[in-house]
Amino acid sequence: MAEVEETLKRIQGQKGVQGIIIVNSEGIPIKTTLDNSSTVQYAGLIHQLVMKARSTVRDIDPQNDLTFLRVRSKKNEIMIAPDKDYFLIVIQNPSD
Amino acid sequence: MSVRDTNVRAHARKGSNVQKTPGVKSTKAANKEKISSVCDETDVTDEEKTVEMGGGRIKGLVKPPDQLKLTDIEKKEKITKVLTTHNPNAPNNIARWSFKDRCFKPCVVDHTMHIFELEVNLVYKNSEEGRKEMLKQGLHEDDATVDTGAESDKEKTETSATPVEDGGEVEEAGEEDRPDSAASKTDKKEPKIANVFACSRATQTLDNPPREISCQIEPLPRSSFSASANQWEIYDAYVEELQKQEKNKEKQKAVPSEKDDKSQKKMVLMEAQEADFKKVKKEAKSLERMVNQNIYDKIVQDFAYYEDPADEFRFPKATLLPLWKFKYDQAKKLSVTALCWNDKCPDLFGVGMGSYDFCKQGSGMLLFYTYKNCSFPEYIYPTSSGVLCLDIHKQRTYLVAVGLYDGCVAVYNLKKEGKEPIYKSTAKTGKHTAPVWQVCWQNDDMDNNHNFYSVSSDGRVVSWTLVRNELVFTDIIQLPLIGADPEEPELAQMHLIPCGTSMDFHKQIDYLFLVGTQEGKIYECKTYSSKILETYEAHHMTVDTVKWNYFHPKVFISCSSDWTIKIWDYTINTPVLTFDLKEPVGDVAWAPYSSTVFAAVTTDGNVHVFDLNINKYEALCQQLVVDKKKTKLTHIEFNPTHPIIIVGDDRGNVNSFKLSPNLRLKPKGKDGPEVEAAKMETLLALLRKPE
Repeated sequence: MAEVEETLKRIQGQKGVQGIIIVNSEGIPIKTTLDNSSTVQYAGLIHQLVMKARSTVRDIDPQNDLTFLRVRSKKNEIMIAPDKDYFLIVIQNPSD
Repeated sequence: MSVRDTNVRAHARKGSNVQKTPGVKSTKAANKEKISSVCDETDVTDEEKTVEMGGGRIKGLVKPPDQLKLTDIEKKEKITKVLTTHNPNAPNNIARWSFKDRCFKPCVVDHTMHIFELEVNLVYKNSEEGRKEMLKQGLHEDDATVDTGAESDKEKTETSATPVEDGGEVEEAGEEDRPDSAASKTDKKEPKIANVFACSRATQTLDNPPREISCQIEPLPRSSFSASANQWEIYDAYVEELQKQEKNKEKQKAVPSEKDDKSQKKMVLMEAQEADFKKVKKEAKSLERMVNQNIYDKIVQDFAYYEDPADEFRFPKATLLPLWKFKYDQAKKLSVTALCWNDKCPDLFGVGMGSYDFCKQGSGMLLFYTYKNCSFPEYIYPTSSGVLCLDIHKQRTYLVAVGLYDGCVAVYNLKKEGKEPIYKSTAKTGKHTAPVWQVCWQNDDMDNNHNFYSVSSDGRVVSWTLVRNELVFTDIIQLPLIGADPEEPELAQMHLIPCGTSMDFHKQIDYLFLVGTQEGKIYECKTYSSKILETYEAHHMTVDTVKWNYFHPKVFISCSSDWTIKIWDYTINTPVLTFDLKEPVGDVAWAPYSSTVFAAVTTDGNVHVFDLNINKYEALCQQLVVDKKKTKLTHIEFNPTHPIIIVGDDRGNVNSFKLSPNLRLKPKGKDGPEVEAAKMETLLALLRKPE
């Protein structure tokens, strides 16, 4: 646990990282470095997106699975690492 | 008329009038008729008298016989009587207990008096029914006329209603209502006619007071269930089912050990919560890599695609393109003492951290970096003593052998958690008595045990075998004592023990190896005999590195702090080529892709890359890569697959560089180890000819 937290701390310290959110499988944020409202918004919306992405991948091949999702936008990049029980979201502005 | 006489009656009339619905002229006849029917004989006579009296009053002729006779004065006397809405007979002393106010309170009495009440039916004259009635009435009228004719005065019958009615209205009513009254007489005999005037005739029954009884019960358990079945969910279900079946089979086999299971289950539960977050470890790591990839995007692009176009024009010169810089804050004060690539993951390399300064020995560190994340090491193993050398197993790349300054050798397993080595030599198990300068993995022995060799300053070369839980050692060779020269006994005493400082195994012949020593000698040895095959008087100072060529079986290279790099043919006692770099050479390495390319680092911060095929005397590239004054370069290593070199310095940093295209030239059209070996062979032949 400590190791994970250290890793998260390092990520937060990296250049351009705006926030980290850990969301459980129901889409409820467990740990966040963002403010409340945007955390809830990100968690809810991204949860749906990940579920959709995962089912897309798995519908094509049931033995396959989603391992990473990157959403590049004009302003930032949202990186999502889905796990069975949790998924991690990092929002980074790569041009910073 | 006398007021005194009629006042009570008038009073009564008033009351009745109050109750009367206005404008019901046609009812008067009916009223009269009903009254006559209801009243008994005497009443009728009374009525008739009053009628007569009334009639007399109107006409002013008839006087009752018992009328008081008043004098004029009496008549003129004014008697004031006031009509009030109060009922003088109503009691005004009734008190009732008020529960609300908790006291007796006078009670309000209704002053209204109902003298007479009558409900009637009205039929509209012009309606069909009305006409019917009229017709019937017409018939009756005849009868009536007959009847009334007998009475001879219709008005008398008419006025019979007047005591009840208001006096003023009587005459008109009498005239108009005559036929109606007759009609209403017939009413009695006829069945009742439906009400056309929508006068509601309602009865009020006793209403049961509304009552509401409610109670609350426990809510029924509810659950919403929704599911979708798609291909992968079905697949998952099957996989789960299979796992269950397998578990059941295992359970059936392992019935006797149930007690252990229970205690294990508790442990599992305890660990489950901790494991929750550990699961995310992998995801967190990959995220960290992605974040780094974004930050160092340009470096990644350079690493993958950039080929310096300028190389074409400056041939044969070449350059190094700086890529990632690997740093770890806690290793800042240590110097890089060993570098080793992982053969299976070409992006992962191990770094040994220690110190070359005899006076500043302390703890060391074993780090593993990947260039997917240059900001933080992938693995960290702190060691009690400085690390001086390390080697990663060629096939089982998770096994790492490490030689420490205190003479220990240790083996780490990257797959296992924890920071401790899985094997470590102790004083009992043949620990070296001096710093271990080089460790080399060897092929597994006959029993498939992993084994590695180490060389130390104590002059021993030891083979270590990993047998289950222990590290078994075998002394392979004891380097010959120096001072065998009888002419210089003093010198011999000074250097009694020869210090092995470097070692390398032949790439093809796995029992053949070289040992470099502090005295500058290189020994060629075999693992199965303690006899030294050959001694090369190589350098004047410590042999820092000795390495066999990857392709040509006879060629090896050595470097030393005496500023020189020497290339040898092991059949010849003198070096084939000698390069003087004019600075102490820290390390030298053959390129894994070419037999003629090698790179060296000098302590002044320069990297020298040679390609003997192109230039036998000078480096193609000599580049300063660190701050000259502050930093010394200590080690260099080629990546086994990518055109990358990593360079370690004495400040704990590792820099990576991409070799420009001129350093990677290969013979045209041909490829493979034979070609490379042949290339070296021709070079050697060329060098031998002048001799």
